[in-house]
Amino acid sequence: MLSELYQEVILDHGKKPRNFGQLASATHQAEGYNTLCGDRVIVQVEMDGETVRNIQFVGAGCAICMASTSMMTSFVKGKSINEIEGVFEVFHSAVTGGEADMEPLGDLEALVGVKQYPNRIKCATLGWHALSSAFKSPIQEEK
Amino acid sequence: MGSELDVRAEFPILNQSINGKPLVYLDSAASTQRPNSVLAAMDRFSKTSNANVHRGVHTLSQRATDEFESARVTVQNFVGADDSAEIIWTKGCTESLNLVAASWGGANLKPGDEILLTNMEHHANIVPWQLIAEKTGAVVRPIPISDDCVVDLQTFREMVTSRTKVVGIKHVCNATGVVNPVREMAEIAKSVGAIVVADGAQALAHVPVNVKELGVDFYAMSSHKVYGPMGVGALYGRRELLEAMPPFMGGGDMIRSVSFAKTTFNEIPNKFEPGTPNVSGVIGFAAALDWYESVGKEQIWAHENQLAQTLRNTLDQIPGVRTIGKCENQAPVVSFVMDDAHPHDVGTILDSHGVAIRTGHHCCMPLMERLGIPGTSRASFAVYNTNQEINVLIEALKNVVDIFSKC
Ligand SMILES: Cc1ncc(COP(=O)(O)O)c(C=O)c1O
Repeated sequence: MLSELYQEVILDHGKKPRNFGQLASATHQAEGYNTLCGDRVIVQVEMDGETVRNIQFVGAGCAICMASTSMMTSFVKGKSINEIEGVFEVFHSAVTGGEADMEPLGDLEALVGVKQYPNRIKCATLGWHALSSAFKSPIQEEK
Repeated sequence: MGSELDVRAEFPILNQSINGKPLVYLDSAASTQRPNSVLAAMDRFSKTSNANVHRGVHTLSQRATDEFESARVTVQNFVGADDSAEIIWTKGCTESLNLVAASWGGANLKPGDEILLTNMEHHANIVPWQLIAEKTGAVVRPIPISDDCVVDLQTFREMVTSRTKVVGIKHVCNATGVVNPVREMAEIAKSVGAIVVADGAQALAHVPVNVKELGVDFYAMSSHKVYGPMGVGALYGRRELLEAMPPFMGGGDMIRSVSFAKTTFNEIPNKFEPGTPNVSGVIGFAAALDWYESVGKEQIWAHENQLAQTLRNTLDQIPGVRTIGKCENQAPVVSFVMDDAHPHDVGTILDSHGVAIRTGHHCCMPLMERLGIPGTSRASFAVYNTNQEINVLIEALKNVVDIFSKC
């Protein structure tokens, strides 16, 4: 069971998160914060209309949170808000133990093991929630 | 090697498997488990004496009242108070601290007055003060601590001025096991007439507590940290202060007479105990203190401190592991961080080995910020823990290291 949670791909992303660091060209950003354990990620996106042109994140958290956010950033690059929200719905359902067709998840399926650890589900979804709010949070230009 | 105390069989909950492994319960700083005698005392009360207190002329009500008041004397004696009326039942430390902040603070704090709280306080001894500071214009200031999580007495001495009205001190730190110099701090606070509010949540089970010797004005307690039931606790307050304070909540039992023109309040402690209290909880709390004393406090402390010291020594030898907080006669709470593994992951992996520890900020976010860490993993000990359990914990931690050194 533990080996399903801490798969190699997750440990790898957790240790060496991809797309990590500030994104200078960001047009949108939002923070996700888990008060229970203190995990915090800030997701920054550069939007091109309805499409994610580029995405980076900063923050600190447990392996599951860092890995999930890292894998999410790799996954969503070049996709439209609509596609992304569709996949988030499937992902959310999968990690909360609902019926889900894993097909659209691709690599993200590695994270589905978290469903056996109810108190860790939030770690896996934090980055996604931050991304969802980022879509609604354009960065205000400084005047 | 300290001897194992022969009490484990009195805690039926410990005899079970978690995730296919024998339960290793190392989270007593969150809540201790309860021995049979506590469960039996509560059960007996429910079966033989259950009735409302202070209200009936009938025999059962009188019996319940007698047991309820006798429990108050047990707590009084346990903490060395002069008078049982100085012990107020609450639902725990949190309510006790809120009572002091709202009632004493509301009546006495003025704009510019200072409330000094150690940087390691539990949120329960910070937030109530922030709430009352907001209302009264008083100011909350943190008392600095060292990297070892020890109060800086010199700076504290310099901070204390005629503006200082309240000093809030955690007797024993739930996040690190550090024991604060409450008596020395109380002396300094007294020199300017400030009141001293001690949070005794973690102290009752691990260090000597005598409110007179400590020189505190208020002392907050929770039963579930000292082998008793949850949701019940007490506040010790000095009579003179309690008598001058306005009620915290209004209702039945806390009044002498009520009319729509004027209500006069009851004497202490009843003034602070409106409504029907958690009587069986109070009975359980007193039974827990009785049990604890009957096993022998000093023997318990020697045992659990030996376990904690063994664990600290072992952890200090594992590369990439760092224990947090250090002082003499540290209470049996061992907090640590690991270079490669986040506390949350440590907690999950240990749970798969049947080992229950607490991870996170331990309701001490300002302390974590001061130490520059997101949280810790915390193993905390009680009378029922064994040396064998430390071995299981260490093996489980090796598994953590294995998992996180994979890539
Ligand atoms: C130091 C300290 N203060 C206060 C509390 C709050 O106690 P309770 O939740 O019983 O009110 C705790 C328990 O978590 C604690 O460890």
